[in-house]
Amino acid sequence: MEPTVTISARHVVKAFGQGSSSIRALDDVSVDIRRGEFFTLLGPSGCGKTTLLRLIAGFEAPTAGEILLDGADITRLPPNRRPVNTVFQSYALFPHLTVAENIGFGLRMQRRPAAEVKATTERMLALVKLDTLAGRRTSQLSGGQQQRVALARALAPAPKVLLLDEPLSALDLKLRKEMQIELKRLQMETGITFIFVTHDQEEALTMSDRIGVMSNGQLQQVGTPREIYTTPMNRFVAGFIGETNFLAGTAGPGAVVLQGGARVVAEHDRTGAVTLAIRPEQVRIVPAGEDGAIPARVRDLVYFGTTRIII
Amino acid sequence: MAERGFDVARLPGFASIAIAAFLALYVPILTLVLYSFNAGNSVALWQGFSLHWYGDAWNNDAVKSAAVRSLVIATCASAIATTVATMAALGTTRRRAFRGQTLIYVAINQPLMVPEIVTAVALLIVFGIVKTWTGYQGLGYLILAHSAFCVPFAYLPIRARLEGMDLSLETAAADLYATPWQAFRRVTLPLLAPGIVAGAMLAFVISLDDVVITEFVKSGGQDTLPTYMLGQMRRAITPEVNAISTALLALTVLLLTAFFLLTRKRE
Amino acid sequence: MARAADAARRASDQRGWLLSLPALILLFLAASGPLIVVLIYSFLSPGQYGNVVWNFSLDGWRGILFSRDIFDDTLVLADAHLTIFWRSVWLSVMTTVITFAIGFPTAWFIATRPPAQRAMWLFLITIPFWTNLLIRTFAINEVIRNEGLLNSLLIWTGITERPIQIVYTDTAVLIGMAYVYLPLMVLPLFAAIDRFDLRLLEAGYDLYASRGQVLRRIILPIVKPGIVAGSILVFVPSLGAYVTPRVLGGGKNMMIGNFIELQFTQGRNWPLGAALSMMLLLIVMGALLIYVRAANRGTDPHG
Repeated sequence: MEPTVTISARHVVKAFGQGSSSIRALDDVSVDIRRGEFFTLLGPSGCGKTTLLRLIAGFEAPTAGEILLDGADITRLPPNRRPVNTVFQSYALFPHLTVAENIGFGLRMQRRPAAEVKATTERMLALVKLDTLAGRRTSQLSGGQQQRVALARALAPAPKVLLLDEPLSALDLKLRKEMQIELKRLQMETGITFIFVTHDQEEALTMSDRIGVMSNGQLQQVGTPREIYTTPMNRFVAGFIGETNFLAGTAGPGAVVLQGGARVVAEHDRTGAVTLAIRPEQVRIVPAGEDGAIPARVRDLVYFGTTRIII
Repeated sequence: MAERGFDVARLPGFASIAIAAFLALYVPILTLVLYSFNAGNSVALWQGFSLHWYGDAWNNDAVKSAAVRSLVIATCASAIATTVATMAALGTTRRRAFRGQTLIYVAINQPLMVPEIVTAVALLIVFGIVKTWTGYQGLGYLILAHSAFCVPFAYLPIRARLEGMDLSLETAAADLYATPWQAFRRVTLPLLAPGIVAGAMLAFVISLDDVVITEFVKSGGQDTLPTYMLGQMRRAITPEVNAISTALLALTVLLLTAFFLLTRKRE
Repeated sequence: MARAADAARRASDQRGWLLSLPALILLFLAASGPLIVVLIYSFLSPGQYGNVVWNFSLDGWRGILFSRDIFDDTLVLADAHLTIFWRSVWLSVMTTVITFAIGFPTAWFIATRPPAQRAMWLFLITIPFWTNLLIRTFAINEVIRNEGLLNSLLIWTGITERPIQIVYTDTAVLIGMAYVYLPLMVLPLFAAIDRFDLRLLEAGYDLYASRGQVLRRIILPIVKPGIVAGSILVFVPSLGAYVTPRVLGGGKNMMIGNFIELQFTQGRNWPLGAALSMMLLLIVMGALLIYVRAANRGTDPHG
């Protein structure tokens, strides 16, 4: 059975500026995001991924195209009437409110009964393991704790979709790893659709159910991490995800002849000039003359913690 | 003497001039305060400590009504000025620069640029016309005049506060189901509050201190404390004026200290 | 769809105007609007008991420099007016010079204090800044008048036998204005010096400059925007001063501000008063224009 679609963007265009000087931040983007999945928008800065997120949240209106939530058009709905919440890159915690008040803010705005606000707040505090800090001001918290408050605040109203705008970028490496696991756990427990924006490919590969790779305002490829990694659609995706060596050559039957004359055995259906993309972990160093080997020279060794990259 | 390194920031004589400047600034003020406690009626001869000039000022009906008038005008003017300044600050910050914005800045800061005596004369003429037309002679003119020249003083701290505010906070509020009004009421306004209070206090002090415009705008019998004192200075000066000055001074210092504590918390 | 975005932007601009409107109305009613009336009045004829008669006349503007001779009705230069203008300009320039001479070392002193102390010194400058001008004028009057602190001290130490007459002279007005406007000079100077990078001084001394050369060649050129700002902030209110010359100068040592008032009271020449006000406003606007130019140059790295 086809999984149900939660968010659907259809031919979305977003242009900034006017006339000839306008820049297309999003250029005809269409994507379906399924219910309950962890979907990551991955791309270099300025590729339009944050713009797409802001359109889904309702902070900006598209120049053209539409956005559907569970089949209903929400393109013109203001953000305060969309069951979609955001975890901001800067967290945007209200400095004049306590941790608990921050978490309960959305529920209070929806005029839910006080008892419910209290109960949900406590549940959220437990969920992000901040029970002891409920009465603190947000300015007294560490970066990781602020991050958890931002998450709890966005989850408290039980949105249909949670948007996360590079939420881990401000954390140090160790904390980032912890939060990656934490985020995945929260997504599993709540079953809420997560749309996660990042420029960190490793983050994307480890956490996501599916990834949408973006560049120049266009969606280059959508697929599972494995699909994206092993069968990239184009050179940009191949180059952006993982380490890749690009070798120019000519396609022949069952193999590619490189410029140096070496033959690489490969299944393909192309002819003429091609570019061969090879992941470094697919390269083995073998004695010269072995079957299928390409002559190469080790030029330098770079120490890289647990693994070694051979250039 | 201990060996001192070459201090690049030291310029010979500067420290002495600075200390002298501070002394010159404070000796007259402190003398004035001191003589308000003089038992004798001289402002030169010290004849022992007494609070009787404060008593005299307190029992002087002219002083009392001037003080009340000063406070009423300052309260009304700072309330009006702060309200319109807050709105203007909200209108002129945190949005794309729009046509005419510079004009609004210039208009708001205009009272800071025009010499007081010119504004005073202008108001004398215009309010004179209105007075003969309407027959109304009340405090309204003074409140209106004070409100106007207090606007830039209220506007500046509020605007500074707004500019330092994180825009994503309001976005976050909207994301969490707050209507624009709720976002303003629950997020913007509480965060803006210190700026508004600071602006209101500056406006209050400025209104309380005004002499020139009040002197020209007031109708008969509408003395404020400063214009009352100005009138007294033409006659024989008694330490009663010192007592009034000291009281005003104390109020100013109090408000200023509060202002500094409020704005410092921001950093 | 693009039109929708445009409409949203227009609505935002409109909100900007709407929110500013109450302030603009208030300021028009009690600040800018009345100035237009003053301009109109400067072109009318004086009424016999003050106010104006609605006849177009240039006498107000002419009266700034000339007066009619009582005997043959010819225009002659009004010496009394010129004396007042000269006194106003001279005293304002001197006030600016004196406040700079004292204010620059003071601002430097504050800016070079350890950070913990700096706020305290700055606060000490700000208190007089916000204190009632009249009170401060009164306070300096208490010091310099004949029975005041200064003369008492001089007589007590035997330096003079009689009090030195200071009040009701130009010197008194000058001392008074320098006293009341000093904080206006110190604050912008401090702001400029505070931004000054002290390593530039090290570089200067490293390149063999003496203390005097460092001051002249490095410090003063770099803090120039602050100097211009402070000078304008002192010069402009000095030129329009009313309270200080009135209290310390007595009736005779008038400045433009008092002269304007005179036209609306005993002088009963409102058009002349209006013309004088407009002239003062023009001079002040000119000074502010110089300031804006200098300030813009200050931010331009190409000088």
